[in-house]
Amino acid sequence: MGEITILHYLVVAAALFAIGVVGVLTRRNVIIVLMSIELILNAVNLNLVAFSRLYGLHGQVFSIFVITDAAAEAAVGLGILIAFFRNKETVNADEIDLLKF
Amino acid sequence: MEPVATPFFFYGLAGLAIVSALLVITLKNPVHSAISLIVTLLSLAGLYLMLYAPFVAGVQIILYVGGIMVLFLFVIMLVNVERAGHEERYSRQWPAGLLASAVLGALFIFVYVKGSSIFPQQAALLPESSNTQQIGLALYRSYMLPFEIASLLLLVAIVGAVVMAKKRI
Repeated sequence: MGEITILHYLVVAAALFAIGVVGVLTRRNVIIVLMSIELILNAVNLNLVAFSRLYGLHGQVFSIFVITDAAAEAAVGLGILIAFFRNKETVNADEIDLLKF
Repeated sequence: MEPVATPFFFYGLAGLAIVSALLVITLKNPVHSAISLIVTLLSLAGLYLMLYAPFVAGVQIILYVGGIMVLFLFVIMLVNVERAGHEERYSRQWPAGLLASAVLGALFIFVYVKGSSIFPQQAALLPESSNTQQIGLALYRSYMLPFEIASLLLLVAIVGAVVMAKKRI
């Protein structure tokens, strides 16, 4: 086990991002799709903080903005989910097809 | 303060984060997925601490684990998921999705490994004792306008969430 460089953190973030994309593309439950979006945002945050180790504090400030956006996104997304569940009694992504014709 | 036993903690936290992220997308019960996501978020907070970002680590724990995940668990409680137990977990296009994201992850890692020589070798000086103070100064000086826009965004999100979730407006 050698020294841990920034590259190690970037590889972890890439793996988390890919896992999040798998979750968004393959799961049917919308709640888990939203959780996978949180995983993707966290991978981006890890990238930003890792780069702030090299280039100064700006990455950390940006990661705080990303966390704020994640909170707003989760609140609105779960609100939409509750509204949808009240209408159609399901949380499966492939049964949400009201706009299809 | 220099971190001690960096490789040990790095590989431990990174492995924990990746394994519990895999559990998030594979477990059947959404509550178990949410708990694995909490484990991922906590180990990421540990990684932030190792990157000299104690303020971001604190915000991660307070906001994500304390705020967003509680929201998720409440919605799982409100939405009836008894039916989900004996249903198919994955949608029909799962092989295509898996392939696409494997290619994406391989591309990321390829670019990072190939382009790692352009990163500066010298790490920036980030004293963790004044980290919170410096972030506060940056937020209220250089990032004043984005900060205000973020507060407006949160207001819109509050109003939007209430309008969505209310039965009758």
